[in-house]
Amino acid sequence: MTAEQREKIEEALFPPVVAILIAFVVGDILMLSFNQSPFVVWRLLLEGTWGNAYGFGQVLYKATTLSFTGMAVAFAYRAGLFNIGGEGQLAAGGLAAALVGFALPIGFPAVLAILLGCLCAAAAGGIVGAVPGYLRVRFGAHEVITTIMLNFVVLALLNWFIATKLRVPETLHTPEIHAGAISRLSALLPAFHGSAANLSVIVVIVTAVAMWYYMFRTRGGYELRAVGLQPDAAEYGGISVSRVLFSAMTVSGVIAGLGGINFVLGYKYYYEDGFAGGTGFLGIAVALVGRNNPFGILIAALFFATLSQGGLAVNAFVPKQMVDVLQGVVIIAIAASVPEVRRILLGARRRPVVSAAWDSAPVATTPPEAPV
Amino acid sequence: MNSFAIVTQVLRIAVPYLFAAAGGVIAERSGIISLTLEGYMLGGAFAAVVGTFYSGSPVIGAMCGIGGGIVLALIHAVACIRYRADQVIVGIAINLFAVGITRFFLKLLFGSSSNSPRVDGFAAGYGNPVLWLGLLSTPFVAFILFRTPFGLRVRATGEKPEAAASVGVSVHRVQYMAVMLSGGLAALGGVYLALDQHQFTDQMTAGRGFIAVAAVIFGRWSPLRAGAACLLFAAAETIQIHLQGNHVVASQFIEMIPYVLTIVALAGVVGRAIPPAALGRAEA
Amino acid sequence: MTPPPIGSLAVRMHDICKSFGHIRANRNASLQVAHGEIHALVGENGAGKSTLMRVLGGLLTPDSGTLEVNGSDVTGWTTPDAIAAGVGVVHQHFMLVPTLTVAENLVLGMEPTKAGQIDYARAVADVKRLGEETGLVIDGTRLVADLSVGEAQRVEILKTLYRGAKILVLDEPTAVLSPPEVKGLALVLRGVRDNGGTVIIITHRLDEVMALSETITVMRAGETVASLRTADTNPSEIAQAMVGRHVRLTTREFAIVTETTLTPSRVNKAARASGSGLVVRNLIVAGSRKAREVDDITFTVRPGEILGIAGVEGNGQSELIEAIAGLRAVSSGFVGIGDTDLTSASPRDRADAGLSHIPEDRQRRGLVMDYSVADNLILGMQHRFSHRGSLDRAAIAEYARQQIRAFDIRPPNFAASARTLSGGNQQKVVVAREMGGGRDYSVLLASQPTRGVDVGAIEFIHSRLIAARDSGKAILLVSAELNEVLSLSDRVAVMCRGRFVVVMPAADATEDVLGEYMTGARVAA
Repeated sequence: MTAEQREKIEEALFPPVVAILIAFVVGDILMLSFNQSPFVVWRLLLEGTWGNAYGFGQVLYKATTLSFTGMAVAFAYRAGLFNIGGEGQLAAGGLAAALVGFALPIGFPAVLAILLGCLCAAAAGGIVGAVPGYLRVRFGAHEVITTIMLNFVVLALLNWFIATKLRVPETLHTPEIHAGAISRLSALLPAFHGSAANLSVIVVIVTAVAMWYYMFRTRGGYELRAVGLQPDAAEYGGISVSRVLFSAMTVSGVIAGLGGINFVLGYKYYYEDGFAGGTGFLGIAVALVGRNNPFGILIAALFFATLSQGGLAVNAFVPKQMVDVLQGVVIIAIAASVPEVRRILLGARRRPVVSAAWDSAPVATTPPEAPV
Repeated sequence: MNSFAIVTQVLRIAVPYLFAAAGGVIAERSGIISLTLEGYMLGGAFAAVVGTFYSGSPVIGAMCGIGGGIVLALIHAVACIRYRADQVIVGIAINLFAVGITRFFLKLLFGSSSNSPRVDGFAAGYGNPVLWLGLLSTPFVAFILFRTPFGLRVRATGEKPEAAASVGVSVHRVQYMAVMLSGGLAALGGVYLALDQHQFTDQMTAGRGFIAVAAVIFGRWSPLRAGAACLLFAAAETIQIHLQGNHVVASQFIEMIPYVLTIVALAGVVGRAIPPAALGRAEA
Repeated sequence: MTPPPIGSLAVRMHDICKSFGHIRANRNASLQVAHGEIHALVGENGAGKSTLMRVLGGLLTPDSGTLEVNGSDVTGWTTPDAIAAGVGVVHQHFMLVPTLTVAENLVLGMEPTKAGQIDYARAVADVKRLGEETGLVIDGTRLVADLSVGEAQRVEILKTLYRGAKILVLDEPTAVLSPPEVKGLALVLRGVRDNGGTVIIITHRLDEVMALSETITVMRAGETVASLRTADTNPSEIAQAMVGRHVRLTTREFAIVTETTLTPSRVNKAARASGSGLVVRNLIVAGSRKAREVDDITFTVRPGEILGIAGVEGNGQSELIEAIAGLRAVSSGFVGIGDTDLTSASPRDRADAGLSHIPEDRQRRGLVMDYSVADNLILGMQHRFSHRGSLDRAAIAEYARQQIRAFDIRPPNFAASARTLSGGNQQKVVVAREMGGGRDYSVLLASQPTRGVDVGAIEFIHSRLIAARDSGKAILLVSAELNEVLSLSDRVAVMCRGRFVVVMPAADATEDVLGEYMTGARVAA
């Protein structure tokens, strides 16, 4: 292993490890504030998630949607774009899948129906993702803000649709789908009985492999990453930066939209208003911890899913809200340690890329007194 | 309903926006992205209720609220300034953290996962001093930004930090102060909400922080224009409330107005919104 | 404070060392400047002048060495310390906030206040008063974004004077100025000197050194190699100290380049007859302000010819090259190879039509710094190394090995990221890609092809350019190094304010003549 490879691995692994340690300490404090033994609670948390088939099934289920939204964020991020619209894209995908399943007749071939559902979910997410992509390329409107704003717009639109066009009375969900249900894992392994885990997990793994191959083994991925790293060099290299930005944002939406199948086709068999419930936002954390690598994201999604499910498992001892706090802590800690670790590794070896003078300018000094 | 009552209603809705947008303007003008307003508001609302509950005094409660917002802002500032973390990511994390920490302590202190017990508040309507503070927050930030040395340094820092540093301005100190000021201001928005309703409820800010972000952008980072945007958004909401029941326009479409307007402003269809040049830049 | 006696030392820097990673920017650099003199700090690009002055201005802390100002040891001080002690630095890249007014920029950091508020009226009055004292007249209420470059520089100087600067440091102050503005600056600097100030200017233009300064320090490769009195020296001696060997300024041997470069163009007649050179007609490129960056330029570069463009940086050379390369929008005109119209072609189509381009900024444009050497070697040719959308990793690796061998790229590891290479080897990657065996090109744009690379790489790149010319390529060369332009080109054009002011055979050109055209002092008939 070369020094460079070692450094890359260090750079990827240090921040998550640091963050998890910090989260561990914060978790201890929260548990102690509830007069609980951290040791007991952590053990319970692990037992309730990885210790039995049901708990693990729930972790898998939650990790599936998180992987989709995480990969959506990462795909855009590799092109230098920040997609915070996962929430709306995911919801739109879910509704599209539900509509397809509802529109198809009972008895429609399952494989075809699932395929159609996936396609429509992806397309719906793609459309929602394409809008900020277009606004960015055509008008230079920054995608961070437009995706956030579009979340609210899309969620309001979907809410309007459910409330006024298609719902089971007295609820905020659509009728059940007629075709396209994805089978539960428990149908294959009875131990998973009761858990929401379903074969969408296969779709997510296939998506991860495909994303990895595209990113690192195809010309498209080569061009996309070049745009993300150095748009000026990409332009010079004959790459159409606008086209890459637009398509990256669209594909990012496609991946997030595809995530809608897990809840709609795999778990509830209907679309329910608000089912995304922050999973789109949490995808940012998953991508961050997974360092924008599809396989890293699968692992990171398992981590966040474990936290989330673990919160339920220990709820009798410490309120599950502890998990919300820990999620925030992990994200802040990682976001703060990534540049720090990079700076330390870079500083140890080579010249900073940015202007050296500016980088080491003593900015934290006192200004002179104003003249009287 | 007479027009005076309508104005009153618009102002009541607008006050949280005005506080948060004023805070957003000053932080963003210093170069730090303010997706955190929602979290500051929520933290401020919770701390205000806790402070009022234990002291019995809404004044002390309001102080606690401001303190809560400043603490959250300090976390954001340390991560973004000291550790140069990505401001968008940390901003979203601060919001998640605020939701989590308020829920956790709601459970710990009040044993509920939905709401706190009832607490005292200020007088209703125009007797509420926080309402007046809210109306003053916009001119206050405008004064700070455009009339004081600190404001000049904030504007220089957000636009070209290396220029500010070259004349001995401490870029980091300016940013710390701007972000904490923004935390305190936005928190007052939460204080108003919570004490107006005499209790804290889980996620009671319900996206108001993001409406404030929209107002900052739609107001093109100018405090007065951002304040005007807040009033506009509040007026739209008031109309929505009055239209409820008669199905002329579905309420969801009126809810969208701030967001759609912001997107339109960013796309430059009417007067392009150009952010401070160094906004979100993690160097220095 | 009583004024220090004339002739005592304002600045004394001794054995300053400063490294950035493995780059040693200053190596035992020493500098002495007396009160009340105008001192020139000269040296080639990358000689360490700016680093030394940043140490003086408190922007950098030296690794070792001492810094004394007005006789007291101030080593390791900070910017506010330096400002308080009367050291003012005018940076090459202006430190002005474009969205603020002149007056606001002037007072930033030490604002006059009245009852806690900025006394804006007083700030504007201060601009006026200072302007009248020094001749740097400018309206304090104007937005900096609306100023011309020369006006912005005036504000920078005013800023330092407002802060009570007695020691004024200017980093390449003339690089961006027009000749009349240069004259105005000279008057201002003398005025500062006559009022008891001390001035240090960083420059690499010998005519200004001779005209402006009283004493000179020469830097080379991070070291201070000579300390001279202007009255007792001549440009030839300074130049010799700058490049470290004997040079004769008026002849083409000034160049560092090897003998091979002096051989006359062995023009391949067949290639010339084919007529597939670079054609540019009436090219206009609009600038960000009203001025045209490229103002109606027409020329051709024939196969087997190097056309060199000389000029003070910022006179439209970069914009011209970018417009030809398809990286900048053209307002009107024609760009083509032979009869093939490429005016609105994409960069990729231009490459396919036979255009190669060594960009001036390899770290921003020429390389994806976090990509491996192999991935960088195929940038712009990625479509030729993929089958059905998938990259052919084996072919890329094989091609990279070949190019690394052919261009002696070190370390010879195609998986190393470009960032880890030295400047010279990074440039070799760019050159290998644009001129290597995998490239079928007829026209080459070479912009600052040897900037910031070591001598060995310079010679290697020069010999490659000559060889390419001899094999019939049409080459458009832009360089800030006059000697490079003179020694490599068959014809030389001088660019000044977006126009070619003269085009002449290189044999007729001397540095003196070009210098006059470059500064606008002479205009072709």
